[in-house]
Amino acid sequence: MTPKRKQRLMMVLFILAGVGVAVGLTLFALNQNLNLFYSPTQIATGEVPQDTRIRAGGMVVEGSVKRDPDSLFVQFDITDYDNTVTVEYAGILPDLFREGQGIVAQGTLNERGVLKASEVLAKHDENYMPPEVADALAKAGKLPAPKGQEFNK
Amino acid sequence: MIVPELGEYALILALCLSLLLATVPQVGAMRGNTLWMGFARPLSKGMLLFTLISFLCLGWAFLNNDFSVAYVANNSNTALPWYFRLSAIWGGHEGSLLLWVLILSGWTVAVASRSRGLPADIVARVLAVMGLVAAGFYLFILFTSSPFERNLPAFPPQGADLNPLLQDIGLIVHPPMLYMGYVGFAVVFAFAIAALLSGRLDAAWARWSRPWTAVAWAFLTLGITLGSWWAYYELGWGGWWFWDPVENASLMPWLVGTALIHSLAVTEKRGVFKSWTVLLAIFTFSLSLLGTFLVRSGVLTSVHAFASDPDRGIFILIMLATVIGGSLLLYALRAGQMKSESSFGLLSRESLLLVNNVLLVVVCATVLLGTLYPLIVDALGLGKLSVGPPYFNALFTPLMALLLLTMGVGAVSRWKQTPLSLLARQLWPPGLLALGLGAGCAWLYAGELKPWVVLGLVLSWWVVLAGLRDLYNRLHHRREKLQGLRRQPRSYYGMVLAHLGVAVTVVGVALVSVYTEQRDLRMQPGDSLSFRDYTFEFQGSTPVQGPNYSADQGQIRVLYKGEPYALLQPEKRHYAARGNMMTEAAIDPGFTRDLYVALGEPLEDGAWAVRMQYKPFVRWLWLGGLLMAIGGLLTATDRRYRKRLRPAPARAEA
Repeated sequence: MTPKRKQRLMMVLFILAGVGVAVGLTLFALNQNLNLFYSPTQIATGEVPQDTRIRAGGMVVEGSVKRDPDSLFVQFDITDYDNTVTVEYAGILPDLFREGQGIVAQGTLNERGVLKASEVLAKHDENYMPPEVADALAKAGKLPAPKGQEFNK
Repeated sequence: MIVPELGEYALILALCLSLLLATVPQVGAMRGNTLWMGFARPLSKGMLLFTLISFLCLGWAFLNNDFSVAYVANNSNTALPWYFRLSAIWGGHEGSLLLWVLILSGWTVAVASRSRGLPADIVARVLAVMGLVAAGFYLFILFTSSPFERNLPAFPPQGADLNPLLQDIGLIVHPPMLYMGYVGFAVVFAFAIAALLSGRLDAAWARWSRPWTAVAWAFLTLGITLGSWWAYYELGWGGWWFWDPVENASLMPWLVGTALIHSLAVTEKRGVFKSWTVLLAIFTFSLSLLGTFLVRSGVLTSVHAFASDPDRGIFILIMLATVIGGSLLLYALRAGQMKSESSFGLLSRESLLLVNNVLLVVVCATVLLGTLYPLIVDALGLGKLSVGPPYFNALFTPLMALLLLTMGVGAVSRWKQTPLSLLARQLWPPGLLALGLGAGCAWLYAGELKPWVVLGLVLSWWVVLAGLRDLYNRLHHRREKLQGLRRQPRSYYGMVLAHLGVAVTVVGVALVSVYTEQRDLRMQPGDSLSFRDYTFEFQGSTPVQGPNYSADQGQIRVLYKGEPYALLQPEKRHYAARGNMMTEAAIDPGFTRDLYVALGEPLEDGAWAVRMQYKPFVRWLWLGGLLMAIGGLLTATDRRYRKRLRPAPARAEA
């Protein structure tokens, strides 16, 4: 092999090795950090493993929000109108958190079937429903009819 | 009034001009017809003129509250101050596309007027490619998202208001800067395509496109920095980077663009990596387009996604496929003609810059994977999922650390061949010093050694000290050191500033990520909380009235070591037009720390959920970004780019 070829070969091998390591690490990291979305029905039917980080979404049930008077601990139910899941969260809820509105909670399911949320997300638009929630509601056949005049597409 | 119709009409004229620009000079360049090539410059000026008219018409509609225009009605309101009414032009999908083409035609004219020294056929081809890109966007606007559409006859008496999140100085400047960057990469893309088309793939095209790339990169850096700063204070929770798909969309062209800048340098100076550089130019612009697509098509749902119209998505998808597919096809046909003009050793500045390129591209690929994976899984109907920030952090951090490590080595390395012994001799003092200073600073700051902080500080010192070693190498032969300093080209100082910016940003990231302290607390009036020498005293909330909102303003007295220090007044605003709630944080900024207070939600008895944060060195993040941007701009003003260029000798293989 000529020195030039040898050099090129080294270069190619180096790049291949780098890419290989990167791909391996990437796939590993990706696998560790996927948060699958589940609807309340899927949770109620036991499709969801315990102690794995998941995202769950639904409408916040009217009148279900209970606050602890001394701390920021809060408990509420989310529903897809077929089944309901209780969520527990300690922290500040987003501005758009309201009863009767769609939210997504991220956290793990405990043995009582309660979702211990580490994060609660509600999007910043009045007409907005998280797409996962809309999808889950549509599957349950409970998607509310769209409002009449919608300015904020 | 018919002003909006005039705007639409001007846009149609601009489309016609762009179509002419895309074809006539191109055909002229192919046939060697100087007259036809000469049309390129006037046509680009006409395109800019009519786009500007169109843009001004939309501005007029906003200023005059013409709610018969649907776009104005959706994004403005009479109660909105005039400056927000103007910035509302790019507050939605349609208007931001108009801004996109305005900036693109602006860049086109800039290239047209700053390219006197270039061969006529290259200028014609470059402008033609830009015209083609512009034509795509004009078509997109006119067919799927015209901002001039009327809401007649029953138009609303009042507009729906601009999204309150966007009613902010950050929004006035963030999108134009970001677009200047995105669109600026169209210039280097056009140069690359023109080089491929003409077959003249020498180092000259790299020199021509370098200053343009540096300017575009600087604007993109500024845009991302502003976006991060805006998210920090306006989203209300003190985060500065969320790995949100929209942020990733701007980070990806930045990463590949950074690789491109370095690879262009190698191509210009040494005549190697030619095909790689062309490929990077194509990728950078494609990722800019992908960014526009991701943000604007409604594929992603976030603050930034305004549209969810499938027609638009399909149109952009077709355009993306055409641009990427077409340019890659051209590349495949022509890449074989590219020949390296020199060779280089295994350990040399060239190969170190290659490592830089590989790392940046790999980082970009991992970000791309994390961003698109949920979309692909969703499109295939395999379920809904999201990729969390830990994924990005786990990959981004080590790869960036590796990049910083090679940055130091690269600074002192030489072109062609660098003996290992020379590197070792030159780098052991800065290496040792960086270890000592990094660990020392970490210890001095916190009285403890946390691995990530030490790593960040050591690497920052390493970049700075290796840079100083490089400066020493440049000067130690000269007797007049000061004159030597003045003799260094501006592009050198641009590089130094940009690298310094990276080091500064890394310090900020390391310290703010590890040492941020946050307390979320339920506070009654009179409650107080102390941490980090500061005491926060909640004194209750008072109602206040803004121009188009009403708010509860929290009164929080801050004591520093027991002494009165400041009054922070975070707000919870209610915007009546849309019924939106907004958190307006109160920040006491500082060079080494920010105090950040935000109101959560009202609880009973006048109590509030309050978030208090101590954010060390958070300003350094953006200071670094600013330094990088200034570095990029400085590089572009280097004298050797301003020299009138003699036409490059035509290559035989062309």
